Parts: sequence; C-alpha cells; structure tokens
Amino acid sequence: MIKDILKILENDARTTSKQIAAMTGTPSAEVAKLIKQAEKDRTILKYKTVINWEKVGEEQVWALIEVKITPQRDVGFDSIAERIYRFPQARTVYLVSGTYDLLVLVMGKTEHEVANFVSQKLAPIEGVQGTITHFMLKRYKEDGEILEGKEEVKRQPIIL
Amino acid sequence: MSTKSRGQQRKSLISQQVKRIPPSGIRRFFDLLASIEGVISLGVGEPDFATPWHIREAAIFSLEKGYTMYTSNLGMLELRQELSRYLKDNYNLAYDPDSELLITVGVSEALDLAMRAILNPGDEVIMPDPCYVSYSPCVVLAGGIPIMVPTNQENNFEISPADIEARVTSKTKAILIGYPANPTGAVMTRDKLSQIAEIARRHQLLVISDEIYAKLVYGVEHTCFATLPGMKESTILLGGFSKAYAMTGWRIGYAAANKEVTASLTKIHQYTMLCASVMGQVAAIEALKSGEDSIAEMAEQYNRRRLVIVEGLNDIGLSCFEPRGAFYAFPSIKGTGMTSEEFSERLLIEEKVAVVAGTAFGQCGEGYVRCCYATSLADIEEALTRMKRFVDKHKKV
Repeated sequence: MIKDILKILENDARTTSKQIAAMTGTPSAEVAKLIKQAEKDRTILKYKTVINWEKVGEEQVWALIEVKITPQRDVGFDSIAERIYRFPQARTVYLVSGTYDLLVLVMGKTEHEVANFVSQKLAPIEGVQGTITHFMLKRYKEDGEILEGKEEVKRQPIIL
Repeated sequence: MSTKSRGQQRKSLISQQVKRIPPSGIRRFFDLLASIEGVISLGVGEPDFATPWHIREAAIFSLEKGYTMYTSNLGMLELRQELSRYLKDNYNLAYDPDSELLITVGVSEALDLAMRAILNPGDEVIMPDPCYVSYSPCVVLAGGIPIMVPTNQENNFEISPADIEARVTSKTKAILIGYPANPTGAVMTRDKLSQIAEIARRHQLLVISDEIYAKLVYGVEHTCFATLPGMKESTILLGGFSKAYAMTGWRIGYAAANKEVTASLTKIHQYTMLCASVMGQVAAIEALKSGEDSIAEMAEQYNRRRLVIVEGLNDIGLSCFEPRGAFYAFPSIKGTGMTSEEFSERLLIEEKVAVVAGTAFGQCGEGYVRCCYATSLADIEEALTRMKRFVDKHKKV
C-alpha cells in the first residue's frame, strides 16, 4: 500500500490524502498516517517542484563533475564522499562504476563560481586524484518531463 | 421533358441493407459539441496516452529501411508468430501462425469479416444490449438479424446465460460478446462464461468474442473465451492493439479461429482489404515483443482514475456499479428524471462536460451515460465538480 502511495506522490507531491484515498481505495485517515510515517522515517525525503528556470530568465550554471578518488582503508569511498557531499554546492553525489568513482552535480550562479568550487574545494581534498568538469549546455528532459515541445495527444472529442 | 421526369418516383440508389442500419444517434450531439468551447470530454473511447515511444520508434525505423510495401494477406509472418507466442504465453492457447491467425485493420474489420464469413440471410446473432455500436450494424450488413439480450445495473451488465438460451432458435448462428465491455466496463467471470460455452456447445453455435480490452482489467482476471473447455474450435477470438497499447490510429487487430473459419475470413479480407498497413504491423511486432511494461504502467494509471471517478459519481448521486475493465464508467442518471440524451445534451450546454448517452449503445442504455476515464485526473475531478453542480440543480427528490 505504501508503495502505491509513494508512486502517486512521486508523480505529483500535491496529491491530497483524500485524493490518494480515492485512487487506492484506502481510507483517507490510513493514507495520512502512512504518509506521516514515511516522512518520519525519511522514506519521503522532501517535497520539491521541478522548474524550468529559463522561462523566468533565471540563469543557473550546472556542472557534472567526474571525481576519481583513492579509496581508504576501512571506509572505502564513503569518507571522501562525505567530505564532498557536505558542501551545499554539491547538489547530488553518486558513487558510480566505470572510469571514475564519484559523480557530483554542482550548481552555481556563474561558471566562475562553479570552477572556483571545483578547483579550491573539491580537487584539493586529500584522496581526490583528479576531476573532469562538464558544464551543462542544455536541459532537454528533467525528472521525466520534457522541457520544450511536449507532445499533446490529439483526440477527437467524441469516439464511440 | 423535365416536367415528365419530375412526375416519376425517384429510384433509390442506396441498398436496402444499408438503409436498414439506423444513422448514428448522436449526430446532433456531435454538432452541438463542435460549437462549444472549453468542454471537458469524457466521451472519448481511446487512451489519452500517445503510443509508447519504443513502438513509434520501431515504426519510424522501418520506414527508413523501406518497409512500405504490401504484406502477405494474412499479415507479416513475424507478427503472426509473435501473436501466436503471445496467445500461448497469456492463455496457453496454441494457434498456428500459418493457418489460424489473420491480421486485420482493427477489430472493426475482423468483426465485419466474421459476420460476413458465417451468416446466411436471416441467421440470428445473439448479443448483449447495451454493447459496442458496431455489433448490430455488422450483423445487419451481413444479412443477419441481431437478437438483443437486455442487461442492466442489477446484474452488473453481464449477459445472462439463461437469457441467451431463451432466445436460441433454429436460426441462431452465433453469440457475439465483448468483455471487458464498451460501454459498461463490465467483466464476466469464468463461471458465467462457461455457462455460455455450454449453451454454444449444446446448440452448436459459434461464439465471437471481442477481447480488445483484455489487458485492461482491475483486480480481476480476464478469461479468454477460447480457453473454455472445447471452445477453441468454435470461438472466433478478436483482439487488437488499439486500447492496451494506445495504438488506436494504427488500426491493427486480429482474428484467431480454426482453420476453416480463418480461411474464410482471409478470403474476404484478401479481396476487400488486401492487408493491414505495413507500418502498423511493424509497430505491432514491437508492441508484442516489448510492450508489457508500458501496458502495465498505463493500466495502473487507469485504475487510479477508475477508483476516483466511480467514487465521485456515486458521491454526487449518480449510482455507478464498479466497472472492472476497459476505461468506462456507466452511471445511472435515472435520479434526474431525464432521458440519457437529454442529460448528455443539457450537461454539455450547462456545464460543458461531454458524456455519451447510453442509448447510443442500445435501448437498454437508456437511463445511463458512458463516462470515459482515460483522461487526466485533473480533468476527471473538474468534470465531477461540474456534474455535481448539474445534478444538484436538477435532482428530483
């Protein structure tokens, strides 16, 4: 049941307990209780909005940083990852397989700000062997949503 | 000269057969709808999803590779093989792709072929009322006589085996059913279908089972009629890709039947249609190969909307039995004292919500309207708000 509720909320965080109750055939009070519980145990981390900032002329600079690190005894990659993810500039941090180890998504107001963060904060961390920075040029799709030219389904108004 | 010809009775150029089919009952409603802006339509009988991208992409690729020719009359071999595998996997039915499967231009063509292949003038075909709009005309066009079996909300719009049996005569050739049902959303249990199979066996009738909505059932299992004991030989199973795979515009359906019937269907198909479009067939191959996930995702969304609309309709006083299949709710509007046609026209004019009068699907649809929930939740909720206002205004206490 909680999985059904989470799927609905992941798709639209504004869906009310009453609506979810109708969609799943569960009493509204039960839905509210399960959501509370999921918030408490951090199954639900937060509710956010996916925004196309370009629409309001807001410039954001995003970069994907490949980070190669030397794993440390006992703690592996975790302790270096923690030193990185504690910086608020690092919006997303993943450990990945392949030619590098951490993928860090960094957001700043200007390219300069992002570059500074990488060269002065991220790269000098002990255990970081090297970084490659990819500045994001264009966002086509975000969280499953196509930003421009989303297709409309063209149906006849009545079909028997 | 002209005065002379004016005196003569003008000879009708239209066949009696065609004249016997009534014109669409909702033509006026169509015109009305076209004249109003800002309408929320619950009147659409198709998914609100575009065809899943992997299916479209496969068709685009095939065009680039030059798949633009006729196919075999039966349909592309690869599609028939995939379909055979699908029917085996889903129902454990073994249909020979070379002689027992025919790819058609939607279920609509398959139904027309079936009727033309089996009916002699005056043969009777028993079917539920209300039912999909083309059932009865297809029988009439093939020279047959449709025999309607009333169904209602009290029996969940399931056709009753006893009512079928009571209508069997020496002229009866076939029983035509379509569950999950358009317009009611009704699903029949295996037990009830078995009783129909028993009748078909006893009276040596064919059963034409339109199972286009087979993949859209909620919390119940779909029973394929051909899986009932002994029924594979005497069932013409009709299916297609339109509804579950959101492929209505591609027009690809199929008929699965015994060799003799399939050969007869194919005879008509090869002279009238030649073959279904190759692009559609290529898309259907991709749908069968890897469409299961997309279907499940869409069905999950329909189910949520189903629960919302059924609860909503009951809350506003339009009593609605729980539809377990397809994407239609079929609430009763009897509490308003209006006919179905009046209700749908006035709802459209006063609140700009389009629903289809139940009478479009047969006399027994009187007192009901069809609401399609294959539309966004936001639209469903807004439609329910408007319908509540409308019902409150017109409720007969």
